[in-house]
Amino acid sequence: METARTSFLDFSNVWTICQKELRSYFNSAVAYVVMVVFLVIVGWVYTSSLFLLNVASLRVFFEWVPSIFLFVVPALTMRLMAEEKKAGTIELLTTKPVEDWEIVLGKFLAAWLLLVIALIPTLIYYITVALLGSVDHGAVIGGYLGLILMAAVYVGIGLFASTLTDNQIVAFIIGFLIMALLYWFDKILIFVPGFLTSIVEFLGIDYHFSSIARGVIDTRDIIYFLSLLGFSLYLSVVMLERRKW
Amino acid sequence: MAIAVRNLTKYYGSEKAINSISFDVKSGEILGFLGPNGAGKTTTMKIITCYMPPTSGSVEVEGFNIETQSLEVRKRIGYLPELNPLYFDMTVTEYLEYIGRLHRLDSAMLRSRMKEMMETCGLGSVRYKDIGELSKGFRQRVGLAQAMIHDPEVLILDEPTSGLDPNQIIEIRNLIRQLGRAKTVVLSTHILSEVQATCDRVIIINEGVIVADGTLEQLQHQFQGAESISLEIKLPESSQLNPLTDITPKLQAIPLVEGVEYNGAEKNIHRFIVRSGMGNDVRESIFKCVVQEGWTLLEMSRRITSLEEVFHKLTKQEQ
Repeated sequence: METARTSFLDFSNVWTICQKELRSYFNSAVAYVVMVVFLVIVGWVYTSSLFLLNVASLRVFFEWVPSIFLFVVPALTMRLMAEEKKAGTIELLTTKPVEDWEIVLGKFLAAWLLLVIALIPTLIYYITVALLGSVDHGAVIGGYLGLILMAAVYVGIGLFASTLTDNQIVAFIIGFLIMALLYWFDKILIFVPGFLTSIVEFLGIDYHFSSIARGVIDTRDIIYFLSLLGFSLYLSVVMLERRKW
Repeated sequence: MAIAVRNLTKYYGSEKAINSISFDVKSGEILGFLGPNGAGKTTTMKIITCYMPPTSGSVEVEGFNIETQSLEVRKRIGYLPELNPLYFDMTVTEYLEYIGRLHRLDSAMLRSRMKEMMETCGLGSVRYKDIGELSKGFRQRVGLAQAMIHDPEVLILDEPTSGLDPNQIIEIRNLIRQLGRAKTVVLSTHILSEVQATCDRVIIINEGVIVADGTLEQLQHQFQGAESISLEIKLPESSQLNPLTDITPKLQAIPLVEGVEYNGAEKNIHRFIVRSGMGNDVRESIFKCVVQEGWTLLEMSRRITSLEEVFHKLTKQEQ
């Protein structure tokens, strides 16, 4: 049966895989659990700052989400590849006329889109704050852009961790450790020798996130996020191809 | 030629899984890939389906090379992996739709193919059920349906009936026979009756090398070596003949008989196995000899080497 690929930039396999993964997130209730956990924690953090500190600001919100991501993202990504390996369905998938990068990209997109979807209800906080007082709209846009980029990098890392093993718990732990390392980089600066501080600081994800979240969109930050994302996806493809070694 | 395998070799680390095997599969043929567990059947199938590359050698499927034209090969193959892995959280419909989309079927084609697969594989009654809830027999049918959804030229089925009960086995075999009419099918198994029931041709593989290749008749003929005839001779009640010293030499004296083996007795009924050269039918002479001596011939049957024996002969471990 002739089913020729129309062009090089043909993402329909990616989209097919992405849809399938998204559906399985929603079917298994993982999606709802993640969204509820996310909203409850963020809501609690946000309201406590609103009522206790009497500040109508999203600053606390943007400070907290990255550390919530640390737990939520590996939980989302741990099954992406590990489950396929354990069940043997990876053999089914890789013997279909699908490129390895399409599999990786499709799975990446599914988890990333889910996080973006989970972020949408938090816009309520933005609206409340906007109604209550004046908001730095640039900082909010920057903050959300930063969160979306950070989510992409974390999902990339989590996906890579999932290609390393057929055990979901192991995938969670590896993913969490790499993400935590990136996250804590600029918080351990006092232990780092002076001449290394700027390098270690630059490696830390929170450094770039805070910079974007201030509303300053610097190409260096964007490049940082995109290169980390590209690198983690590349490594995932390499690991998926490892069956051929 | 649907599949051409040339000097295929695969190492896992330093262990040789298959050793320079070559064979062809003609279009429309149902080929049985037979061998004990660990002989290299699954490895060969994983290479043909592009799951992993060979260490050396080449495979062409419908004229496309598995390494340089992998996508073209995968488009033309329907594959049922060993143990039939499935997504248990998907319904049958969702699953077939997913696989169909990965094969780039457009919506109209997908709908008609799904309908056809539901009918052919008898999945209509479970179409909205989660695959995880299905019995093993139904799961196997889902596995076959997903392999067939894009109407491939070549079907590769790795142990399609393993783990099924006898009724389900018959069902799946019929299904394969039916599907196989229009397709090239390669199926692996370690069950001999499976090959007898479904295949046109057999390749027997052992410890990574092909030890036999041919139709069932050819293999039986080739490995038969000699004809053997089993006899039951009844002596008169009063007879004092000793089977070993009195009967055996008489049988031995028949022209063309090469060997006689005494096989025990029950009262005055004695059993023998008579061997003759291939293609030499000595039944008539035996009958005449027995009658001439005044004995009674109760039973005479010609033994043809069964596939079991061929298989056993070819795959037993050399000590």
